[in-house]
Amino acid sequence: MKLIKAIVRPNKVDDVKDALGRVSLPGMTVTEVRGHGKQKGHTAIYRGKEYDVSLLPKMEIEVVVPDHLVDEAVAAIITAARTGEIGDGRVFVIPVEQSYRIRTGERSEM
Amino acid sequence: MNAADNAWTLVCAALVLMMTGPGLALFYGGLVRQKNTLAIMMQSFALMALITVLWALVGYSLCFSEGTPIIGGFRYALLRGVGVEPNADYGGTIPQLTFMIYQLMFAIITPALITGATAERMTFGGTVVFMTLWSICVYAPLAHMVWGKGGLLNATLGGRFPTLDFAGGTVVHITSGVSALVCALYLGKRTGFPKEPMPPHSLVLSFIGACLLWVGWFGFNAGSALSAGGLAASAFVATHFAAAAATLAWLAAEWITRRRPSALGAISGAVAGLVAITPASGFVAPMPAILIGLVAGAGCFLMVTSVKGWFGYDDALDAFGIHGAGGTIGALLTGVFATRAINPVFRDAPVGLLEGNASQIGYQLVGIAVAWGFALAGTIILLKVTDLLVGVRVREDQETVGLDLTEHGEEAYNLEM
Repeated sequence: MKLIKAIVRPNKVDDVKDALGRVSLPGMTVTEVRGHGKQKGHTAIYRGKEYDVSLLPKMEIEVVVPDHLVDEAVAAIITAARTGEIGDGRVFVIPVEQSYRIRTGERSEM
Repeated sequence: MNAADNAWTLVCAALVLMMTGPGLALFYGGLVRQKNTLAIMMQSFALMALITVLWALVGYSLCFSEGTPIIGGFRYALLRGVGVEPNADYGGTIPQLTFMIYQLMFAIITPALITGATAERMTFGGTVVFMTLWSICVYAPLAHMVWGKGGLLNATLGGRFPTLDFAGGTVVHITSGVSALVCALYLGKRTGFPKEPMPPHSLVLSFIGACLLWVGWFGFNAGSALSAGGLAASAFVATHFAAAAATLAWLAAEWITRRRPSALGAISGAVAGLVAITPASGFVAPMPAILIGLVAGAGCFLMVTSVKGWFGYDDALDAFGIHGAGGTIGALLTGVFATRAINPVFRDAPVGLLEGNASQIGYQLVGIAVAWGFALAGTIILLKVTDLLVGVRVREDQETVGLDLTEHGEEAYNLEM
C-alpha cells in the first residue's frame, strides 16, 4: 500500500482525476498549495513598487493505492499532467503502514 | 427658487456622499492588507457621522457665515437661520438647506482622504480626535477663505486675493494631500516598510471604489455650479474628459517605464485626473480639460512611483502623491486655462493666463501657498495635541495582528472554506 502525492498545475487536476478514474481508484484528496521548484515566479508591481511572486499556486493530489497499481497510477498521473514546460510538478510515492475506515473502525487493506 | 436647480444640487449632494461611502472606503479598503480592511473603511464611515454632527453644531457656520477673512463666525451655529429660503450669496436659486447639506459632503470626504496616509497604523481614537480638530482648525478656515463671503481668497465675494477654485482643488485636495504628507511623516513608517511586502489585498474592491468615485465626481464638480444650467454641463464634460486623459497618461507612463499597464495604474490615473480638474472644472473648455488630465496623470505617476521612493516617506495609499500633487497641478493650470467663455467670473474681464490675465497665476500661487501653509502648520500642531491627549499610533504588536481585530474586534472576512 502506497501514498501517491502529486503536485500538479491547477488546470491539470481534472485530467489527472479522469486518468486515475480509468485506473479504477475510488478515492482522492485535493489541496490547494503554493510552492516552487525550478520554475521561477513572476514580478508584481503596485504603483511602482515591485514584489516577487515566487510561490506559485499548485494543486496537491493524494491517493492511496495497492502496491500492484502503483506503476499504473503514476504513469496515468504523469501522462495527464504533463505539458513539457518547466513547472509541471512532481510525483512522490510514500509507503503507508496502516489504514483504517472511520465509519466501521475496520483496518483495511484498500 | 428654482426647482430644477434644487433637484440637481440635492442629487449631487447624494453623489458626493457616495464618494466617501462606499467609493473611497472601497478604494482604500482594497489597497490595505486584509487585516486592516475594516479599520480603514470604518474611518471613512465614522467621518460621515462625525463631521455631519460637527457641521450642524459649528462647522457650517465657521465655513460660510460672515466673519474675518480667515474664518467665519457663529451666525449659523446650530444651523440657526438656515432654512428653505435661499441665501443670495450661495446659490440664490436653491434653499440654503440644500447648499448647507451639499457643502457638508465636501467637509466629510476631505478628512477621509487623509486616512490614506495614516492607514494601517493610526489608532481609531486618535483618528476621531485629530479629524475633529482638523475639520474645525484647517478645513473650516480654508473653505471660508476660498468660498465664504469676504474670505481672503474668494474670487467673487470680496476676497483680497481672488483665487479660482471651482469645486475644491485647493480646499479639498491640497489641504488633505499636504496634511496627509505631514501625517505620514509624523506617524512614521509602518512596521516592516519598505522591506516587507505590503501589496493591496483586493484590487477588485479598489476598482469598484474608483469607479464609484468617478461617477460621484460628477456630483462634486458639476454640482458645484449650484444650478442645473450650462455651467453644470460644462463642468460635467470637463470632469469626464480629464479623468479619461489622465487614465491614458498614467497607463502610457507605466507601459513605457515598467513594460506592463496595470489595473491599479488605470484607476490611480483616473483619480489623479479627477483631482486635478476639480478646481478647473467650471472654468475650462473640454480640450484644456484633456491637457490638464494628461499632465496630472503623468505628474502623479512620477510622484508615487519615483518621488516617494527618493524621500522614503510611507504615504501608505498615496494620499499626498495623488491629492496633494494633483490638487496643486490643477490649481496652477486653472489659472492658465480658465476662460470667460465658460465662466465670466470677472464679468467682461479676462480670467486665465491664456486670455491675457497674467496676474491670475499669481493669485493661484497665493491660494496654493496659503493652503500648503495652513495644512502643514495646522496638521503638525493638531497631531501633537492629539498625541498628547489620546495617542496616535497603535502598538507594534497591534500592527502585526492588524487593526481590524485590535481596534474594532472584528475581521473583514470570515469565509467558510
